[in-house]
Amino acid sequence: MTTTHLAFAVIIIALFSYWLGIKRAITVAGGEQHTRQLVSLPSQYGLLTAFWCGLPAILFLLIWSAIEASIVDSLLIQQVMLTLDTTAQQNMSLLVNNIKILAEKVQLNEDVSAATALQLQHAAYYTELNTKATWLKTLLTLVIAVGCVAVLLTKIKQSFHARNNLEKIVSGLLFTCSGIALLTTIGIVMSVLFESIAFFSKVPVTEFLFGTQWSPQIAMRADQVGGSGAFGAIPLFVGTILISTIAMCLAIPVGLMIAIYLSQYASPRLRSVAKPMLEILAGVPTVVYGFFAALTVAPLIRDFGILVDLPIVAESALAAGLVMGVMIIPFVSSLSEDALTAVPAALKEGSIGMGATHSETIRKVLFPAAIPGIVGAILLAVSRAIGETMIVVMAAGLAANLTFNPIESVTTVTVQIVSLLKGDQEFDSAKTLAAFALGLMLFITTLALNIAALKIVRKYREQYD
Amino acid sequence: MNTVMTSENLTSGDIVINGSVGTPFCDDAKMSMRNVNVFYAENQAIHDVSLDLAKNQVTALIGPSGCGKSTFLRCINRMNDLIPQCKVTGSFVMDGAELYAKNMDPVLLRARVGMVFQKPNPFPKSIYENVAYGPKIHGLATSKSELDEIVETSLQKAGLFNEVKDRLDKPGTGLSGGQQQRLCIARTIAVSPEVILMDEPASALDPIATAVIEELISELKEKYTIAIVTHSMQQAARVSQKTAYFHLGKLVEMGDTKQIFTNPSHQLTENYISGRFG
Ligand SMILES: Nc1ncnc2c1ncn2[C@@H]1O[C@H](COP(=O)(O)OP(=O)(O)OP(=O)(O)O)[C@@H](O)[C@H]1O
Ligand SMILES: [Mg+2]
Repeated sequence: MTTTHLAFAVIIIALFSYWLGIKRAITVAGGEQHTRQLVSLPSQYGLLTAFWCGLPAILFLLIWSAIEASIVDSLLIQQVMLTLDTTAQQNMSLLVNNIKILAEKVQLNEDVSAATALQLQHAAYYTELNTKATWLKTLLTLVIAVGCVAVLLTKIKQSFHARNNLEKIVSGLLFTCSGIALLTTIGIVMSVLFESIAFFSKVPVTEFLFGTQWSPQIAMRADQVGGSGAFGAIPLFVGTILISTIAMCLAIPVGLMIAIYLSQYASPRLRSVAKPMLEILAGVPTVVYGFFAALTVAPLIRDFGILVDLPIVAESALAAGLVMGVMIIPFVSSLSEDALTAVPAALKEGSIGMGATHSETIRKVLFPAAIPGIVGAILLAVSRAIGETMIVVMAAGLAANLTFNPIESVTTVTVQIVSLLKGDQEFDSAKTLAAFALGLMLFITTLALNIAALKIVRKYREQYD
Repeated sequence: MNTVMTSENLTSGDIVINGSVGTPFCDDAKMSMRNVNVFYAENQAIHDVSLDLAKNQVTALIGPSGCGKSTFLRCINRMNDLIPQCKVTGSFVMDGAELYAKNMDPVLLRARVGMVFQKPNPFPKSIYENVAYGPKIHGLATSKSELDEIVETSLQKAGLFNEVKDRLDKPGTGLSGGQQQRLCIARTIAVSPEVILMDEPASALDPIATAVIEELISELKEKYTIAIVTHSMQQAARVSQKTAYFHLGKLVEMGDTKQIFTNPSHQLTENYISGRFG
């Protein structure tokens, strides 16, 4: 049986043992009418039995699947070593691979006439090993499943606390899930970190951080041109900052005004329509913004440039920045609106009661009171802008110009990461590793921004509690 | 007596509210309210209330919870304009001018009729800025020194200056509850209003802070006309000259405080002040 089949079998046994557990509990209690004598509900005994049957068996299956291949391989290698002289052992992994392919061919009844008798013998041994392993796996899994059920069924007594045990299992499961998320994060950070360290052993950190030349193409053959391989990331940082700045210049004022309007002036009816609309804006896939930027906004801006006699390139930072600004408007507006509505109504009444107008109240009381929350919103939006990829990939250029001029073409960290890893790559070349170093920079920046934003937001939460 | 107060047992028996008794009107009225009705959507919160606020006197509004004291008070400086479903009818006249007239600017009105709220609500600004807020928006001071003076005298009148004179630049939210409430009073008198409305100004304060506020109210009435909502009979008796007793949105009885507390004319008033309700 394959692992999938086995898993299904275990689940079926578990379902069956759910029923068994309930039956057993009822028997122990002395009949349907006496189930109140049990310390837990019958269904809880059933669930506990099912978990006891399923979890260890599944866990065993997982571990077995992880190590089966390597055990079989090492057994096969031992066998091969016995029958081969040392010179042939140089290419052991190739040999083993060939044997596996041969074994597969034999099973599929394909033509194996080219193989030697020894090879065929090894292939047969490999097939045998695999069969044995599968049998062992099936047997052990079923024994574990059934055995655990049996053990638990004997444990069920009137005073057996299935409820508490179940609670422990559930909290354990939840813990495992959050652990997986945590481990994944740590794994990603670690891999980015190690690859970056590998990169910095090829290219000095100082050159990467302070160099003004970015041209990651390295000549693979002598006759290629242009491959100087310069890894100065300053143009990318500047490009990222430029585009994010343009985006924020649009998103901050517009987002704040939306927040003020919605929280202070809009009628409940309008708000109930406008808020979901803004949320839709936040839900539009960034790739859609990307071609909106590339196909609609960029040509528009260029045409406008022609009108006023300004040479605006097609892939200008302005187009990408503006569209990115539109994308992050909802982030600014929604969090700022929350901050504004969180200001106690008493402050607003106090100000109005002093004879201040509505807009004076907003400007002088509500806004200053909400400032920490608004700053938090803006920082989160900035970290969104810096990490944004799709829009800039489609609308910004690839040319790493070191410029602050918004009508020229610039490139960003994220765009370069994409273009470095695009296509077939050697995995340990400086060019590929550079993507990880850029990723690390991005990660550190957004992490710092997020932490700062969260700190500020939390602080303002406490203010009114 | 621990009767649970519901609308049933308040109107039960033979007690009926048939217009108001006592002397709701006076000769030297600063404000005159006539036939006031207030609705929250379909729900009528004030029924045909008519009364005067006497000049340079403290008028206490008392009555069981939910009887419309706050609603009535908030109508006087048009704070209820902020509540969309609230509708006010009747006439409110201050010094001969109708407050709800088309040409009356509610923003200017609120500078003339200030309000102090139940819970101290200083702005998250410095003590100085809190008091300077009103004068600044109304352009009452032409120079920095003039503003300083307004802030100082307002704080002095509110009896807070000596406590905070060394930390005027510290946030007003850092003061104690009683100090915060006096800061709010200082903030209100900084714009030199003619009338001050107070909605349970001492309900969040301890007895000592309450005593300070009460003393302050007695001093303030020399210059201002004051209306105060309170749940404390003793407080009403101590600080006010006139008392109005509200019940289920109606004015039941109004008159001199002494007379109301010693010899009320209406059975409901007597029940209330002798502690049989609420
Ligand atoms: N914003 C509002 N919307 C709808 N109804 C309201 C609103 N404010 C008050 N009411 C209603 O108006 C009536 C009077 O309320 P009001 O707040 O004036 O009572 P109150 O005498 O101040 O009570 P308390 O002593 O508890 O403060 C109540 O029935 C209340 O439910
Ligand atoms: Mg009230």
